[in-house]
Amino acid sequence: MSSPNLDVRDVARLARIELTDEEATTFQAQLGRVLEYVEQLKTLDVSGVEPTAHANPVFNVLREDVSQPGLLREAALANAPHSANNLVVVTKVIE
Amino acid sequence: MSELTDLSISELQAGFRRGEFTPSDALRALEARISAVDPAIDAYLSRDFQTALAAAEKADINLPLGGVPIGIKDAINVLGESCTCSSKMLAGFKSPYDATVISKLRAAGAIPYGRLNMDEFAMGSSTENSAYKKTRNPWDTTRIPGGSSGGSAASVAAREAFATLGSDTGGSIRQPAALCGVVGLKPSYGRVSRYGLVAFASSLDQIGPIARTTKDCASILNVIAGKDSHDSTSLDLPSEDFTAKLGGDLKGVKLGVPKEYFVDGMNPQVRAQVEAAIKRCQELGAEIIEVSLPHTSYAVGVYYIIATAEASANLARFDGVRYGHRAKNPRDLLDHYMRSRDEGFGSEVKRRIILGTYVLSSGYYDAYYLRAQKVRTLIRQDFTNAFEKVDALICPTSPDAAFKIGERVDDPLRMYLADIFTIATNLAGICGISVPCGFVKEEDSHLPVGLQFLGKALDETRLLGIADAYERASGFTTQRPQTV
Repeated sequence: MSSPNLDVRDVARLARIELTDEEATTFQAQLGRVLEYVEQLKTLDVSGVEPTAHANPVFNVLREDVSQPGLLREAALANAPHSANNLVVVTKVIE
Repeated sequence: MSELTDLSISELQAGFRRGEFTPSDALRALEARISAVDPAIDAYLSRDFQTALAAAEKADINLPLGGVPIGIKDAINVLGESCTCSSKMLAGFKSPYDATVISKLRAAGAIPYGRLNMDEFAMGSSTENSAYKKTRNPWDTTRIPGGSSGGSAASVAAREAFATLGSDTGGSIRQPAALCGVVGLKPSYGRVSRYGLVAFASSLDQIGPIARTTKDCASILNVIAGKDSHDSTSLDLPSEDFTAKLGGDLKGVKLGVPKEYFVDGMNPQVRAQVEAAIKRCQELGAEIIEVSLPHTSYAVGVYYIIATAEASANLARFDGVRYGHRAKNPRDLLDHYMRSRDEGFGSEVKRRIILGTYVLSSGYYDAYYLRAQKVRTLIRQDFTNAFEKVDALICPTSPDAAFKIGERVDDPLRMYLADIFTIATNLAGICGISVPCGFVKEEDSHLPVGLQFLGKALDETRLLGIADAYERASGFTTQRPQTV
């Protein structure tokens, strides 16, 4: 059984992940079961309950606005799959 | 004298200081031990003893961890070393900087020397999701070591690491520590900087030590804890000696037994061992009080919404542009993204990114993500209420002992439920530790069982004192696997 609202292919496209037909079928069933399991959360009354985003709410952590040493260009480029002229090369975005 | 590699960190340091052996001796013994046993365990992805031995020659043994080799989970950046998170996505990646915990370890004299296997991007409970190798449990090499920090726990158990760092998002330090019969500590959220830990779920992740004793975990926490300007969620707290309450007893300590942590369906042998451990704590002077954490049964559901939502955002950075795997000859940008991520990520990572994307998507956000965050508040309140009555909670770490390799790979939900006793800790941001408390017999194997103590947020010193008192009285940490 799978969740009627979950279309794995559609969501995978939103997440920019290509799936094989086999993966799509398997994930649809597996994630359907996981969603069925989390349905139990709907049995709880959460009206008036504040959401928790972080265990220790810390807000507005600021530092002095002064430049600090960062990665050198060579270090930043060392892991790039494709670079040239001290720049990262990207796949063409516009025709 | 026993083998050098059998020693705990504190014994090792005592030996250095008495001049019986040197950090170089310790590293050479470790190198030999890894060569001998790791073919059977497969805990390590890589190691670099040349660099480590050079550091050992210059080590100042009077520093807090002077000359002590520490193995590192493959999710934590060490300058110049590979950092793959056991994913093909990061094959060949070399860290351009040290994580803050690594800078702190180095400043304290410790020596990183090797990278430990894990579930890909820390997603899993068995280390079977590694793209590179399956790590085996030293107590029975047909079984999983737990996960996601499976390499970090198995290496310590197999005496091919003195101590290691892991990371814990829903139990990834404590569960493998339990299944491998060693000690694993998840510090409170904000205690340790996450800078340089590859992010899985940022509101839950925390780095912590795995070692053979509680004392060793406390010594490592002393070094890695503290505010870091590179991690805005690390807390600015007065410095604290986490070893301060070691060596004590349990007289007058109030331990809460959460009734929801003893469920139908858990391994009855595990339950019996944990109940015996609770009785032992009572004999040692602790007052045992039954408490209730009424929202426990919702924790796994909340976790798999929040953790996957955060993961889907965090793992969006793997786009095949600045680093990571890039598909060959993309037709266009969309094809570049889709194929790079398809080829780079394994199944579990894809599943979780898809689930996380779904629960955050327009129309489903309120029903899933917002609701989960509200139930997270209720789970936190359960712990707040419990800690008004008791000093710490005592419960099993995992409902089961180590299972067979391959047994649960096709059933993600069943795998997720293995984390049922560890997940709520991360949701609440509190601290927890697993210590060995006995063995169960499965077929012909004796498999370790973990006892979990949970403390309120930032109460590590007391938590470590309690775990240490139990550990010394029970003596289980002195037992070692005989298969390797």
